[in-house]
Amino acid sequence: MYQIIRQILKTGIKTETPPQADEALRVETQMLQEKILGHLGRALTIRHVDAGSCNGCELEIHALNNAYYNIEGLGIRFVASPRHADMLLVTGPVARHMEVALKRTYDAVPEPKLVVAVGDCGCDGGLFGESYASCGRISNVIPVDVAVPGCPPTPTALLQGILTAITGGSVATQR
Amino acid sequence: MKLEELTSKFNKLPGAILVWHSTVDAALFRSLCEQTVHDGGRLVALWGSDEREREARYALHILLATAPGLLCLTIPASTERPAYPDISDLFPCASRMQRAVADLLGLHATGADDQRKWLRHASWPSGVHPLRKDFDGNNVFPAETDAYPFVAVSGDGVHEIPVGPVHAGTIEPGHFRFSIIGDRVLRLEERLGYKHKGIEKRFEGMSLEQGAKLAGRVSGDSTVAYAWAYAMAAESIAGVTPPDQALWLRALFLERERMANHLGDLGYLGNDVALAFGFAQFWILKEQLLRNNAMLFGHRYLMDRIIPGGVAIGLKTQDKRVIEDECSMLERELALLRSIYEEHAGMQDRFIGAGCVAPPLAAQLGLCGLPGRASSQSWDARTQFPCAPYDKLDVQMATHHNGDVAARVIVRFDELFESLRLQRGIMANLVGGDELSVPVKSLSGNTLGIGLVEGWRGEVMVALHTDALGNLERVHPHDPSWQNWPVLEHAIIGNIVPDFPLINKSFNLSYAGQDL
Repeated sequence: MYQIIRQILKTGIKTETPPQADEALRVETQMLQEKILGHLGRALTIRHVDAGSCNGCELEIHALNNAYYNIEGLGIRFVASPRHADMLLVTGPVARHMEVALKRTYDAVPEPKLVVAVGDCGCDGGLFGESYASCGRISNVIPVDVAVPGCPPTPTALLQGILTAITGGSVATQR
Repeated sequence: MKLEELTSKFNKLPGAILVWHSTVDAALFRSLCEQTVHDGGRLVALWGSDEREREARYALHILLATAPGLLCLTIPASTERPAYPDISDLFPCASRMQRAVADLLGLHATGADDQRKWLRHASWPSGVHPLRKDFDGNNVFPAETDAYPFVAVSGDGVHEIPVGPVHAGTIEPGHFRFSIIGDRVLRLEERLGYKHKGIEKRFEGMSLEQGAKLAGRVSGDSTVAYAWAYAMAAESIAGVTPPDQALWLRALFLERERMANHLGDLGYLGNDVALAFGFAQFWILKEQLLRNNAMLFGHRYLMDRIIPGGVAIGLKTQDKRVIEDECSMLERELALLRSIYEEHAGMQDRFIGAGCVAPPLAAQLGLCGLPGRASSQSWDARTQFPCAPYDKLDVQMATHHNGDVAARVIVRFDELFESLRLQRGIMANLVGGDELSVPVKSLSGNTLGIGLVEGWRGEVMVALHTDALGNLERVHPHDPSWQNWPVLEHAIIGNIVPDFPLINKSFNLSYAGQDL
């Protein structure tokens, strides 16, 4: 226990002291929090759905939870059920074998709901395109509010995409 | 099977790793498989191809890892009766691969026990085979009903828990069917293939460069391993060798990919036993490594940094310092975190004995890669079939004999420290040289090339067949998860349902890599 406490104290709070090139992020993060709280007045809950990605986008969604991006500190939480969600964060392309599951998950989210499509494949099908096995972009299957490009999009780009969706498009997404 | 015998009868494929190849008949095919099992060898991959345009036949290919070396066998199958002898009795892991070949190519394993569909769900009808050359990849079929016959378990008090394809976390989609009594698992049956997006069909007709990008997106967390295996296969066919500097950089990228994934897994394994401290600490380390990747090489996960012929980006001499400092930092932090993990009674209580795969079972089922090494299956392509520069690096393989979650955690720690040691060795060998790649202009026609790389999960293989003009005719990427998913079904038996996420995480297998 002593070692754990010592290590926690030594590590400090990473969220407030990001390394050099990410100073911009700190400012951005604080702005994001304000805007999210301003628009929602409460926490935003997100259900992630992998509709057929290569698992690259998932790596960056995981990274959102690390101490640097600290997405929970912003009042955004990933939830286990679409019933609990305000927003779907969907990675793609949509494999045809996932088409029904994605539609059902979308239907299970209570109104009003938002959908953010993640990654180049989610935006336009990417390298996989449309085929016998792939429906291509997310918006071919469910309505999409914001699409965040990138292969994979950085955690910052994901945060901006989420913010853009909840502010009705007043903040541009960045790659 | 002696090496002398192979050299006289088999062709040696050119390239970075030694692969013996031959076209064999059904009898020799079975007999070589039997000998391989007898000598303690393994099945690495199994795939089929439609060769009707030039040879008026189909063909099935397998890659075997044997003591004398890698052995690739091709067995022709007639167009009237597209079939080959079943080998799932010898290699249980062959079963799902054979079922996938039947779905995609209509090429069947005669006498196989399990003839159910595997990668096909409801998106195309039975009797239609997407990897046949006369199938247009843009065809779309009306969805059918899937009607997959799961194996039912019956008896007093037995009930089923169906889970997925959409899971309760940020995970890839797949379906798990648990048959349980109380909290204890009697049987788990996996149903995968939800992410099937036609990757192998997509490769057909792609240029070599496009193919390299697609190979790097078969499984995003193993992008370096796939890109390298693909490049290795292409370079084998083109007869080119990348510059030394490029080979050292490839090894650097691969070890950094291994470290990033191991760090992430160790964090999540902490999280799964409610030690949020572990998640926070390891993901800080992972993020620092990813940021260094972005700063030094322009991409957090090093996608598209390995290209056929070499690498796309070098390391500036003044930037070597960044990696050396990172090595020191990681060595220091990991030593501390390891001691915390090892001394944490609550954590070890969850780890020890959970999801155990005993070494004899692991050997029988062909468990490979990291989980294999944690169950005494001492295979690591970096030591047994080393491509340059691993032949100069003297990789120390990490193994354990307990085969439980705790063993898989220990192997991850050991491999992290070994990767750090290798990274230092690589840095010492990166002695300048501006040449990062050689051109791969054209591939020779009707040729097979094999690339094999030990990714962080296990062996990643890419087989590349060219047509008469040297275009990509058939590309098959193989993920070690093919071998390891069926073993997870055994690892969970007798454990409680709430331990499944922990056990699953300790394997951390790829859905995308096997669904293709």
